[in-house]
Amino acid sequence: MPSPKSKTKPTPKDKRRTKEKDESAQGEENKRFHASGPRPLWSGTITFGLVSLPVNLYPANRPKPVSLRMVDRDGTPLARRYFCEKEERVLDYDELIRGYEVEKNEFVVVEDRELDSLAPEKSQEIDLKRFVGLDEIDPMYFERAYFMTPDKGVTKAYRLLAQSMEATGRAGIATFVMRGKEYLVAIIAEKGILRAETLRFAEELRTPDDIDLPEPSKVDKSRVKAMQQAIEALSEEDLEREALQDRQSQRIVARAEEKLERGEDVIALGEEDAPDVEPEQGGEVIDLMQVLKQSLAEGRPPGQDRREDTGKGQPDGRGKPAAKRSETKKRPSGQRGAGKRAAGESDGKAAPRGKRRPAELAELESLSRDELYERAQQLDVPGRSRMSKAELAKAIASAG
Amino acid sequence: MMAARAMWKGVIRFGDVEVPVKLYSAVQDRSVHFRLLHEKDRSPVKQAMVNPDTEEIVPHAETRRAYRTDEGSLVVFDKQELEALEPDSGRDIEVIRFMPPQVIDHRWYDRPYFLGPDGSESLYFALAEALGNSGKEGLARWVMRKKSYVGALRLHRGVPMLMSLRHEEQVVPVDALEPPKGKALDAKELDMARQLIGMLEAEFDPEAYHDEYRERVLELIEAKRRGKRVKVTPIRRREASDDLSKALEASLKKERKRA
Repeated sequence: MPSPKSKTKPTPKDKRRTKEKDESAQGEENKRFHASGPRPLWSGTITFGLVSLPVNLYPANRPKPVSLRMVDRDGTPLARRYFCEKEERVLDYDELIRGYEVEKNEFVVVEDRELDSLAPEKSQEIDLKRFVGLDEIDPMYFERAYFMTPDKGVTKAYRLLAQSMEATGRAGIATFVMRGKEYLVAIIAEKGILRAETLRFAEELRTPDDIDLPEPSKVDKSRVKAMQQAIEALSEEDLEREALQDRQSQRIVARAEEKLERGEDVIALGEEDAPDVEPEQGGEVIDLMQVLKQSLAEGRPPGQDRREDTGKGQPDGRGKPAAKRSETKKRPSGQRGAGKRAAGESDGKAAPRGKRRPAELAELESLSRDELYERAQQLDVPGRSRMSKAELAKAIASAG
Repeated sequence: MMAARAMWKGVIRFGDVEVPVKLYSAVQDRSVHFRLLHEKDRSPVKQAMVNPDTEEIVPHAETRRAYRTDEGSLVVFDKQELEALEPDSGRDIEVIRFMPPQVIDHRWYDRPYFLGPDGSESLYFALAEALGNSGKEGLARWVMRKKSYVGALRLHRGVPMLMSLRHEEQVVPVDALEPPKGKALDAKELDMARQLIGMLEAEFDPEAYHDEYRERVLELIEAKRRGKRVKVTPIRRREASDDLSKALEASLKKERKRA
């Protein structure tokens, strides 16, 4: 797998994100969003009555722009890989399949295309059969937001729906399936832009009854009054954005800058190791804002057309050209039952991700790490907190 | 259902107020979890950090963390240094201000935690009552398991809760985006669209929705376990409506019929 040139390629970044200690700090220069690619997270159709409106989903949440990567003693960035204990070797992603443990060490192997076909409609459609008052939704249900952009530059139905929903103060409610998970979703229109906000299912939320809370006891009225006064004393009308700053990341960045100034523990990377070059993006840094702006304007994100034939050719499998990837992923129709597949065939080798539609892995790889992390979390991908973006994408394609 | 267990303990503080509380996750994971297996023998795989050039496994003890500068250099941190940068762990949940509800838009919301009393119940219920009476929502900071959080202190059905919030840069502001443009919309079509929304209006009933897909995944697993063949149907994408007026008219007609 390592090609002679692999040394020069931008190795998987170990962007340990949110969960632990590597936090980010903010500053103008950090506003940039490194990792979102041009591919939408989900492409499908909104149906509104008999109106079909093709849309793409992009994240409305950004990862923290600063993150730490894992390196060895010499500063070589490391990759998280799967390995076989018995054979004591690192496995290729093609050697992995996905299984559900039905009993201790007994697994049922499940393929992605089997999962996709469990709900073919919901995987492709957000059917708006209900509209509710936006203020009726308890905010506790809201989980994550995505911007919807009109596909193929078809904007009329999009604008019509957005404008009508906004004028009536209504949100559309539906369920749909995205990457192996069903979501309850509220479609919200704001300033002419449609947003899909995933909601937690009622069954995913505990109620206060699930928690052993004691029976309300008598409270001391003077104490309540004192607390209310303390609340009033701290009351303000607005929320200043600074209050939401990520201080932990700021500390790390500040410390890194100190060390940089002193030249302490600094490893200069070569031109080819230029940090911003993401192999998944054909050597381009794509800014989420840029993608969103362009997608909203033209229904097509920047760079999408070029992805197939350029850039992906970073040396080694990680940056495998999308076209090549699709090829390896093609499998004869009629194959079923993952366990019965002939191993070792090219299509068989592509097993864990090959079950996805060809573009899907490429799509996954174009997501932000944050977005990927979230998927990985949902899929309980082990070791996800230390995976690089590319690794997450592959692990999700395999696991998701 | 078994009562949820507390995941952390802290003390809500503002002014002279101190209320010891326990945190309970308000979310329960219901996902179907898969494992990655080595195809050859279906044994679960392990993970390791690998030098991508040599494919050699690097033991965890030999790994370090590096911050990448915009200019392309790495600044390496050792574990002690990073530990020193960790926020001071403590039990304080410091409320820095209170605001009218909805000042913190739900788009900042990340994860909900219910609060229960830790010791003094009278303090806890006094806090619930004070929050209820004031109608305000607090903005709090705390450090939990070496990570610093910003959160909203609010009530859910009378029960105090903390909603952890996303950080400043993590929410893309709508104002920074331009909506899709095009020719002015047809007034008649707009009117029909609004009518259709009106006909589809309903109360939000979260209990009415279930993760049916999850059930199907479990059924699929069960079927495969019993050695059944599984039918796979390919999926295809719908075409966009080209005649909006017609589609809207037909939709309204259909809805009227149903009603």
